[in-house]
Amino acid sequence: MTQTSLASPELSSPAAAPAVLARASGVTRRYGDHTALDAVDFEIRQGELLGLLGPNGAGKSTLVSLLTGLKQVTSGRCELFGGDPRRPENRLRIGVTPQETGLPETLRVAEVVDFVAAHYPDPENRDELLERFGLSALARRQTGGMSGGEKRRLAVALAFVGRPRLVFLDEPTTGLDVESRKALWDRVAEFHADGGTVLLTSHYLEEIEALAERVVVLGRGRVLADDSVDAIRGLVRVHRVSLTAGDLPELPGVVGEHREDGRVHLMTGDPDQLVRELVKREVAFSGLEIRPTSLEEAFLTITGS
Amino acid sequence: MALTLVHTRYQLLRTIRIPIALVGSAFFPAASMIFFVVPAAGKDPTGAVYATASMVVFASIISNLFGHGIGVAEDRAQPWDPYTRTLPVGLFPNFAGRIITGLAMMLLSMLPVVVIAAVFTEASVSLWQFLAGLVVLIVASLPFMLMGLAIGYLLSTKAALAVVQIIFFPLAFAGGLLSAPDSAPGFVKAIAPYVPSRGAVELMWGAVGDFDVNPTAVVSLVVWTVAVGAVAVYAYRRDEGRRYR
Repeated sequence: MTQTSLASPELSSPAAAPAVLARASGVTRRYGDHTALDAVDFEIRQGELLGLLGPNGAGKSTLVSLLTGLKQVTSGRCELFGGDPRRPENRLRIGVTPQETGLPETLRVAEVVDFVAAHYPDPENRDELLERFGLSALARRQTGGMSGGEKRRLAVALAFVGRPRLVFLDEPTTGLDVESRKALWDRVAEFHADGGTVLLTSHYLEEIEALAERVVVLGRGRVLADDSVDAIRGLVRVHRVSLTAGDLPELPGVVGEHREDGRVHLMTGDPDQLVRELVKREVAFSGLEIRPTSLEEAFLTITGS
Repeated sequence: MALTLVHTRYQLLRTIRIPIALVGSAFFPAASMIFFVVPAAGKDPTGAVYATASMVVFASIISNLFGHGIGVAEDRAQPWDPYTRTLPVGLFPNFAGRIITGLAMMLLSMLPVVVIAAVFTEASVSLWQFLAGLVVLIVASLPFMLMGLAIGYLLSTKAALAVVQIIFFPLAFAGGLLSAPDSAPGFVKAIAPYVPSRGAVELMWGAVGDFDVNPTAVVSLVVWTVAVGAVAVYAYRRDEGRRYR
């Protein structure tokens, strides 16, 4: 494998950080007037299980499409294993999940797996793969006749057919029952334990929490945060405490504050503590209201936009 | 090469699991034979051979423009097509798989035309002429296959359907497919050599009968093939699946 074009200063010494398998540098992608990604810098390093978190429309799918060679950047640069993702040979070591609605309905499960496997030099054994994903009994079934959960499992299994080093799992367990979700998470964790690298996209923090180590948060086409799961969890669990009051003293744990129509809105990770503090300091307030924020709201508030 | 076979097998499997599509593309040429060629030229051995050759080219235009144009546009609307583009495979196996599958479907859809010509008209050709006609048909169909792929990769399903419906008939008419070799209207005679269907049908007439092929028509057939092939490759490269604004 050639990595020469990837060689950044950290890579030149043997004890340096793990190799970068995929990278976006200053990537912007527009669809007509709409900017889906705005000067995004992003990288996936060997061996990590990286979560890409963001609300719908944040640009997650566009970023995955650019890194897997499906779409072209408007400006900036994408690299996959050191080369252009648009070139087929640079996609030999990746696996991608199709969206479940996209399976060719008239083909049988085994035929779909065989079709995908034929593109790789050393694919997984079909029967073993189907066994691992609990699909053995369905090998002869046409995909159009599968349940939603079965299609989802097949879609995820297809990402592993070519024995990839890097898999892109786009919302892998959406619509699955608890048991199948757990089973799929186990498969992903096994792959990662064997040295595989994973990019997992989701708009559920729960899924990211269960699997990922590092989390990148996208919102409105920009990287809003890039941190450990614990750090992101603290950031995302933000509540909005709204009240009608005059000037407020300095309060602990408030990460954002703004006034609107005579109301004060305080963003905080610990609303209980904030309320206790307000009472203890005998702040005169009325109309107290506490509600959790959405992911997008939390991040946009924190980043001040 | 191995991947071309894989893609061909995959396309064939998908196509034959919905066999009614074949009936659709076989119907129009067969009906044209029965309603136009048999009553008009059925008793004239030479005329029947030429008319049948024209119908075969017409059937190729219909089968390829509709098959590839609509088929590709429809595939692109499904998330599976973008997924296959993340596999480590380039343009060639995909195009070749579609072209070979389209060819097989086209030849199947022409069986009724040939049977009708043999049974209900005075048309007859030698085995040698038949084989020459088969080879010429395959080569001369290439521009219509590539035209279908270009339309399918450029347009949405509805737009592709409209464009194909608008162009297939003028293409046949302007190429003189709907008239005997020398009895086309004057303006058709003037423009025909520059229409791809003309080169295709003249080569067919030359293969199955005693017809002097016009070199201009053949050159423009080649130019058309290269041009629509370039558009098809361009369209494939810029395709990113379904687009929303």
